Amino acid sequence: MEKQLESQGLSRRKFLKVGGGITFLVTAVGLPALVFKKGELAESKQISAWVHLSSDGTVTIYNPASEMGQGTMTALAAIFAEEMDADWSKVKIENAPVEPEIYGIGWGGERGGSMLTVGSRSVSGHFNNLRQSGAQARYALLSAVAEKWGVDRKELKTDSGLVFHPKSNKKITYGEIVEFVKIPESVPEIPDSDLKNPKDFKLIGRDYQRYDVPFKVDGSAIYSGDIHVPGMVYAAIVRSPVNGTQPELKNETAIRGIKGVLNLVSLEHGIGVVASNMETALKAKAMMEITWNGDPKAKSHNSQDAYEEYEALSKSSQTGSIVAQSGDLNRELPKAQKTIRADYKNDYIYHAQMEPLNAVAHVKADSAELWVGTQAADGTRNDVANHLGLDFKAVNLHTCYLGGGFGRRSMTDFVIEAVDISKAVNLPVKLQWTREDDLQYGAFRPISLQKLEAGIDQNGNINSWKHVVVGTGGGLLGSGADIPFYDIPNKLIEVRNIDHGVRTKHWRAVGHGPNKFAIETFVDEIALEQKKDPYQLRRELMKNHPRELAVLDKVADMAKWGSSVPEGRARGIAFAERSGSLAAGICEISVDRSTGKIKVHNIWGSLDGGVVVHPANAKYQMEGSLVMGLSSVLFESITFKEGQVEQSNFYDYPILRMEDAPEEIMLEIIPSTEKPTGIGEAGLPFMGAIISNAFAALTGKRLRHMPFTPEKVLEVLAS
Amino acid sequence: MQYSFILNEKPVQVTAEEDANLLWTLRERLKLTGTKFGCGVSLCGACTVHLDGKPVKSCITPLSQAVGKKVTTIEGLSEDRSHPLQVAWIEEQVPQCGYCQSGQIMQAAALLAENPNPNREEIIKHMNGVLCRCGTYLRILKAIEKTAQKV
Repeated sequence: MEKQLESQGLSRRKFLKVGGGITFLVTAVGLPALVFKKGELAESKQISAWVHLSSDGTVTIYNPASEMGQGTMTALAAIFAEEMDADWSKVKIENAPVEPEIYGIGWGGERGGSMLTVGSRSVSGHFNNLRQSGAQARYALLSAVAEKWGVDRKELKTDSGLVFHPKSNKKITYGEIVEFVKIPESVPEIPDSDLKNPKDFKLIGRDYQRYDVPFKVDGSAIYSGDIHVPGMVYAAIVRSPVNGTQPELKNETAIRGIKGVLNLVSLEHGIGVVASNMETALKAKAMMEITWNGDPKAKSHNSQDAYEEYEALSKSSQTGSIVAQSGDLNRELPKAQKTIRADYKNDYIYHAQMEPLNAVAHVKADSAELWVGTQAADGTRNDVANHLGLDFKAVNLHTCYLGGGFGRRSMTDFVIEAVDISKAVNLPVKLQWTREDDLQYGAFRPISLQKLEAGIDQNGNINSWKHVVVGTGGGLLGSGADIPFYDIPNKLIEVRNIDHGVRTKHWRAVGHGPNKFAIETFVDEIALEQKKDPYQLRRELMKNHPRELAVLDKVADMAKWGSSVPEGRARGIAFAERSGSLAAGICEISVDRSTGKIKVHNIWGSLDGGVVVHPANAKYQMEGSLVMGLSSVLFESITFKEGQVEQSNFYDYPILRMEDAPEEIMLEIIPSTEKPTGIGEAGLPFMGAIISNAFAALTGKRLRHMPFTPEKVLEVLAS
Repeated sequence: MQYSFILNEKPVQVTAEEDANLLWTLRERLKLTGTKFGCGVSLCGACTVHLDGKPVKSCITPLSQAVGKKVTTIEGLSEDRSHPLQVAWIEEQVPQCGYCQSGQIMQAAALLAENPNPNREEIIKHMNGVLCRCGTYLRILKAIEKTAQKV
């Protein structure tokens, strides 16, 4: 069994440390030889910041993004290996150390920036950079061989880990170059014309296996909770049930008296217990009697009443922030021949990643060492350094696999907790959140009310479009609210926000989930009202947008939209974009009218993600995101009563189980030479609408409030 | 207290508290971390191991219940990922985040040991207690069906 610790950057971090915190430029691919221990020099060499080459031909490529299930550790390495022309069968992948200057990307994909893994940006953001860096590594190898053989570098060619010189018929493997390679001081930027011609790609756009999969079928993949540090103790925390309240422990003596309890640590938002073993930490946590003080804003929040507050705010003269505006809606909407209105609602939902939050921290006098599954490698390092008053370099963060992230692990709250506790007890600490902690102290996708209004002109066309999103969570509400691919002359899209004092956060696809549900359901309602086919109405609206149209046509073609559907079933269609990717979906459902249970039988999906680096995995990401989307649409709801979350574990916050998975999912990717776009969330946003639209086609009734639980379905059927 | 049982075919002896539990003993005392903590109340199946060949949720299993019995974890399913289900899991590229997959595989292995050729309905019924958030269910199904046909 391969040691996963080795392949998660722990060893590499150590050897980089030997050099004493070396910072190296990406363009200067050379690394000082002093980072290698004596005796290793002949066997392996660091060719650049991105790659390490061993004499046996092993090519170790560094993964700059968090691996939370999306598979980018493989795709990113494949981009690099493609241009380096490495032998893929000899590639190993390790997590890059936390050096954002080298491994980070800006929002435009520029080098440097952050290692934050969010927004499905890893492949799209790193694509050009990794092609360039791979080509530079190849250049360094070719330069060494050219010098050795006394030939012109330009006469050399490569083929999957082999350099050859056609004129002299000489050949050498990459591994053999290690013996004599001198790392150049700097390597020039390789012009685009010298990068591989896409028709010669061996990896990009081809099928290959994910690097992490074998470690995930034998239990050897290391998540942060799997870390053991000598002398480590265990911690659990009781956190404020109402955000912003402060704890007062009533039975401290009793808790301290529990055998195995080592200490108690007061935090602003809770009380931590430290014990010699996990069971005792959890038991002591459960036994704590705490009075919660303070009267924070969250205390007055009742989520079921929030929709009324949103309704009132939507009617007020106050204007929110404008997401998009064109034409003159206020002039044109009143002139409409016909006005169509509908409101949509969505409850808060919870990330429910399978791995409850946890972290291992060891805070020492002038440094800190951390093991974390995080989407924010450098953000975590920086937050911890700032929190402790340390230099960034004094914080050594080992990144581990994430048992799901979905946005929750881009926060650093759980790491700061572990740091505070470790500092207080002066020992390495494993902090474990229970599922109840993870849920009740979650940070949720915002609740919102969506008010839509469309004006139809005398020709039956949509002339005006007004969409007001009212909810909580500020900037989280607006994503995906715009509809640039639907040509409607007068448009006003606006977000209005109420801060309830509760925690909200990005949740896979962010605002796109609720907003596309509202938009795409509303388009369906307009179509039915206008007696148009909902697919054809969308075709009309996006007739000037060929890429979008191709995606929509593809899914219609795949599902044979318009053909007959088995008795008792119906279909719904929708379109959505996310992170630059374009996606369309169709589902076929039936409804048990006695129980109110919706069964999704089939889903068809089409995707344009630009150049797709790893198509098999891209499709699987789309499958995963639409299954997760289905779960959220059918089952998931977080409610607050007087600021307190009412759910606590999977019995009252059910997520989709195997019995409710679609029977079949059929996906196709549209071939493209456009730049890569983000794929990891693209299947999720249309899910609410395709189900609501199919339900309307089947029953003539409309579901406008997610989730579509059996109770809500029965209520709507009876209306 | 001393607890003795057979772990992945080898006898082990563990010293632990009276209220020690099987999951945390495997993970923290024995450092076999392939078995995961997911919900703590037998609702997600991430902690599934075999006790005398039967699938149990180790998160709610007191360590005392393992005494004298055979415990098999994902690490003991095979030495080299050669169990037919592990082979199928790799062929079908089932895992995404991977956190639930030890539990999925252990649950599936118990099914095939008892019923080598289950139909889809039987598989779903047997696997329904193991949650996956990444949406890998259809590939899990496919991997089990593929293995069942081979066994």
